[in-house]
Order: sequence, then C-alpha cells, then structure tokens
Amino acid sequence: MKADRIFGLGVILIASFYLYHATLIPTGFLSDPVGSRTFPYIVAGVSLLCGALIIIFPDKITDWPHLRVYGKIGIALLAMYLFAKTLRPYGFIIPSAVVAIILSYLISPNIKNAIITGLSLSIGLFLVLNYGLGLGLFAFG
Amino acid sequence: MDLLANLSQGFAVALTWSTLLLAVSGCFAGTIIGSLPGLGPSNGVAILIPLAFSLGLDATEVLVLMTSVYYGAMYGGRISSILLNIPGDEPALMTTLDGYPMAKQGRAADALVLSGVSSFVGAFLATIGLMLLAPLLANVAYLFGPSEYFALYLLAFCTLGGLASKNQIKAALASAVGLGIAMIGLDNQTGLPRLTFGELALMDGVDFLVAIVGLFAVSEIFIFIESHGKNTAIGVKLDKITIPVKDIVNCGFTMLRGTLIGFFAGILPGAGASLGSFLAYMGEKTVAKDGDTFGTGNPKGVAAPEAGNNAAAGGALVPMLTLGVPGSGTTAVLLAVLLTLNITPGPLLFEERPEVVWGLIASLLIANVVLLIMNVPLVRLFVKVLSVPPHVLLPGIAMVAFGGIYSLSGSSHDLVLMIVFGLVGYFCRKLGVPTVPIILGILLGNNMEDNLRRAMIISGGDWTYLFSSGIAIGLWVAAIGGFVAPLFLRNLLKKPKPKI
Repeated sequence: MKADRIFGLGVILIASFYLYHATLIPTGFLSDPVGSRTFPYIVAGVSLLCGALIIIFPDKITDWPHLRVYGKIGIALLAMYLFAKTLRPYGFIIPSAVVAIILSYLISPNIKNAIITGLSLSIGLFLVLNYGLGLGLFAFG
Repeated sequence: MDLLANLSQGFAVALTWSTLLLAVSGCFAGTIIGSLPGLGPSNGVAILIPLAFSLGLDATEVLVLMTSVYYGAMYGGRISSILLNIPGDEPALMTTLDGYPMAKQGRAADALVLSGVSSFVGAFLATIGLMLLAPLLANVAYLFGPSEYFALYLLAFCTLGGLASKNQIKAALASAVGLGIAMIGLDNQTGLPRLTFGELALMDGVDFLVAIVGLFAVSEIFIFIESHGKNTAIGVKLDKITIPVKDIVNCGFTMLRGTLIGFFAGILPGAGASLGSFLAYMGEKTVAKDGDTFGTGNPKGVAAPEAGNNAAAGGALVPMLTLGVPGSGTTAVLLAVLLTLNITPGPLLFEERPEVVWGLIASLLIANVVLLIMNVPLVRLFVKVLSVPPHVLLPGIAMVAFGGIYSLSGSSHDLVLMIVFGLVGYFCRKLGVPTVPIILGILLGNNMEDNLRRAMIISGGDWTYLFSSGIAIGLWVAAIGGFVAPLFLRNLLKKPKPKI
C-alpha cells in the first residue's frame, strides 16, 4: 500500500515536470490545428490521472527484497556505470572482466569462481564478438 | 497461384546457404534462451538485436535471424516448464500444469517430445495461416486513413496491457510513459526540439533499442541478483528419449484445436501467446473426455497449450506485418527491428518489399522443420544448457547486451541510458507496471501523434473526424472494450493450479 502511494506521488511529480517542459515547446511556423504541444499535454494528463488513481487505489505489494539486496543492486549499478564510462578509454577486456567478476560474485559469493568466470567471459566474448562477429571493439583502449 | 508464386520467391530468398545458416543459428540460440528460466522470447530477441545489427546483415537476413530466435524461444520455453515446473516464459506457464506432473511420473522425455511435436504443429500451421490471412488483412488496411490508424494504435495500447497486467491503471500509465518518451527529440513536423531538457544528447530522441535492451535484459540482471539465481536446474536428469507415438496420435485433434484457438488469440493486438496457450488449455479441458484428469499429467494438457502458444506466436505476426501493430511483447520488439531497418510494416510492405515478407514466411517454415529436428532428437543438449550456473549466465547476458549496444552506437551515453532503463524496468516489475506498453509507446508514439495531427489538418481541427468512419468507430469500441473487459474477466480467467 505504502509503496504504491509513494510511487503514485512520484508519478505525479514527474508528470508535472514533464507538463511544465511541454509548455516550453516552441510553436512551429506551419499551420497545424493540433501543434507540437497537444500530444505531450495528453500524455502528461493521462500520467497525472494514473498517478492520482494509484494513490487512491494502491495495490498490496509485499514482494520487497531485503535491504541487503538493494545494497547488491547498488553495487551492480555502480559497476555497470563505471563499465560504461571506462569502455572507451580502457578497451573491452579489462572493464568487462571487472564488471563480470563483480556481477558473478554478487550472485554466488565465491571469489575464485567469480575471477575465473569474469576473466574467461571477458576474453572469450571479446574473441567471439571481435573476430567471430567482427564488431570492432578495442581490446585495451 | 499468386500465393505459390510469392512463396517460391520467398524460398528463393530463404534457401541460400547464408540465410539457412542464420535460421539454424537463430533457432539454436532461441531454444537455449527460451529454455532458461526467466529469459523469455522478448528478452532473447532484445539481447540479440544489437548483435544482429552489428553483423552488417541485410534486412531479410536480420529478420530471418530474429524471427528464428523468436520461434526458437517459443519452443524452448516448454523445457524448463516440464523439467523444473518453472516456465521459461509466461506463455509456457500452462505447460507446467500437466508437463511437470508427467515428468514426476518418470515421463519427462515423453512430455518433451510430445510438446516438441505440438509446438511444431502449432507453429507450422500458424505460419500457413499467416501466409493466407496476412495478404487479406493487408488489403483491408488500404482502407485505413489517419483517423483509423490513430484508433488502431489506441486499440493496441488498450489491449496490450489488458490481460497481461493485473492493474489497468498501471498498464495505462506504462503506455503514457512510453508515448511520453517517444515525444523527446526533434518534432517530426516542425523540426524543432521538444522535451530535451537542455540535453544535447536527447536531440535525436531515445533510441528504442537502448530502451528495449535496458527494460528487458538489464532489468533481468537485477532480478537475478535479487533471487540469487535460485531458479537453477543443476542435477536434472532425463531418461532415454523415445517417440511416444500413441500419445502423439491421441493428441492429434488436441493439437489442431489448440492451434486454431492459439492462432486467432495471437492475431488480437496485445493478447499474444499467453492468452493463446491459456485458451487452448481451458478449451481442451472442456472438450476432452478425460478433462477431469487435466492437471495430473494428462498428455493432452501438454499438447494443447504448446500448440496454442506456438500458433499464437505465428498469429501475432499477422497484425505486426500488415498493420504495424504488434500482437505481443515479442512482436513489439520485432517491430523495433523492422523500424531500425527502415522497413515500415503495413499493407504497402507486401507490394514494395515482397522479398522481405515472403522470405520471412519461407524461412519461418524452414525454421519450424529445423526446430522440430533440434527439439526432438537433440532435446538432451538443451536440457544440459539448463545446468549453466547463474553466476556464469548472468554476467554473460550483461556483457553481450553491453557489447552489442556499444558496438552499435559507440556512445557511453547510450550505455548509461540503458542502465537507467534497466533500473526503471526492475522497479516496474516490482510495482506491477507492465514494461511492454512502454516499449510499444516508444515505438508507436510518433506515428500515433503524426496520424492525429494529419487527421486534424484534414478536418480543420474537428475532433469528431476521429470517429468519422465505421472502421474507426469499430476500433474505438474494441479499444474501450479491450481496456474494460479484463476488469470483469480477470476473476473468470484465473489460472488453474496443478492437482498434485
């Protein structure tokens, strides 16, 4: 109940933000009875209505994971973000090995297995993607 | 005669070595993806899209590869349903009801072979149905103007969230979110930027491939982390594989009935394979003399939903190819493939790009034969794949998704956006917000708006023009019905539970 109410509130805030930005859309020079703003207005309106209805009729959601799981998801997110940012300067192999080791460890906390998985995945996939499929990735930046 | 000429043209395209190789690899990869618990056809196609584009294949080849993956995943879904009682994807859910009890009685191999044959019957006949029906529907689509297309898109949104989602409000919200994202970028008509929030990178809009891979594949990573990869199949054993001829003969009519129901359920925009397998199962349960033994390991309870869901997969291609409106989540992803290839589905596709349509249909027929061979004698191989530990599988999925998207755009901005979509997808799943309407919104948003604006320009701003033809009114009524009906039908259509 509580989760859905917070969600509904979030929807209303984001939809309002969207609506505000929709008002800033410049008017075109062509004659067009609908214009560039109408459709975004409709979309924002439907979202606002849905947000309000979710607050009024919330679902019971009991399937929330333990706080520790969020910690793990946070680590996975950070690892993937760093991967995205380091792929260009450092190439495919090292960043992908690091993120694969972290993801593997998050699922099964066995560091030896994680390192073996990470290294074999990054080198194996690099060979497959680069030479097998010809994707043109850089090995080390 | 036209049909045969078109089909022979299709086979000329599909029967080249390179296309055949793509069909076989697609079927193989698809069956593996479909059989892994949790990874359905939408995820499978989503993960492989960027790779397919990076290979520099032509339009027909990409389509052959992706539809083979799609059909393969539909076949593969049954493997974990039968052996683990965990559906590989949502449409395979009904197969658990009798498939798993059969496996518990020591008849796992029989159930796998029977379901493989049923999948073949369903998918093969549905492909023939697609061949016959799609050109007819394409002719009807010539009657469509902007107001009809606008109503048709609305129908797709109203029904797509329908039965698949538990909450209509959240399904509507998901559609609005997708449509809202589609508005970001340059306005098609004025060429002026809209809703870019001052970000230069958003001027081109949000690439729907990035959204699809994020919402489907990356969110799956978070779900895996949450479940610690519990859905594993290590230790699954399978006896000697023989052909259960008696069961197959007994289930002959069951398969045909399942196919018919599934095919038409698949054609309905948004209903998709889940409804197809559900209706096929429930229909057979009512019709069969031994209907009361359904849920205890009755082979008919395996044959019906498998024929139904694979037939629905073929049926769902009908509205996607002829009207540009997908009939299911996976066909929404396939629509993204078409649009990226600059192929606009619709009635003109049949005239302008016959090699694409008929090549695709011919390769679907070939893919089915390949899949039958793969899924009956070689089923043991796919059962082995089930035992890949999740701590290897998950990072592998992540790397393929990242590598694919990066090789397409070479932009770290797209990768970050994909991660954001992954997080959004995770919370959507937790909150019960369906993700498919979001994808559909991103895909169809600009077309829907263009048709609305065109209708208003034609009518000089008269909104009643949207209801000016019989077809448009019919579509509006169907859309409202499709949105409202699940509210009443949901209790009626509760999924039965296995009896043991």
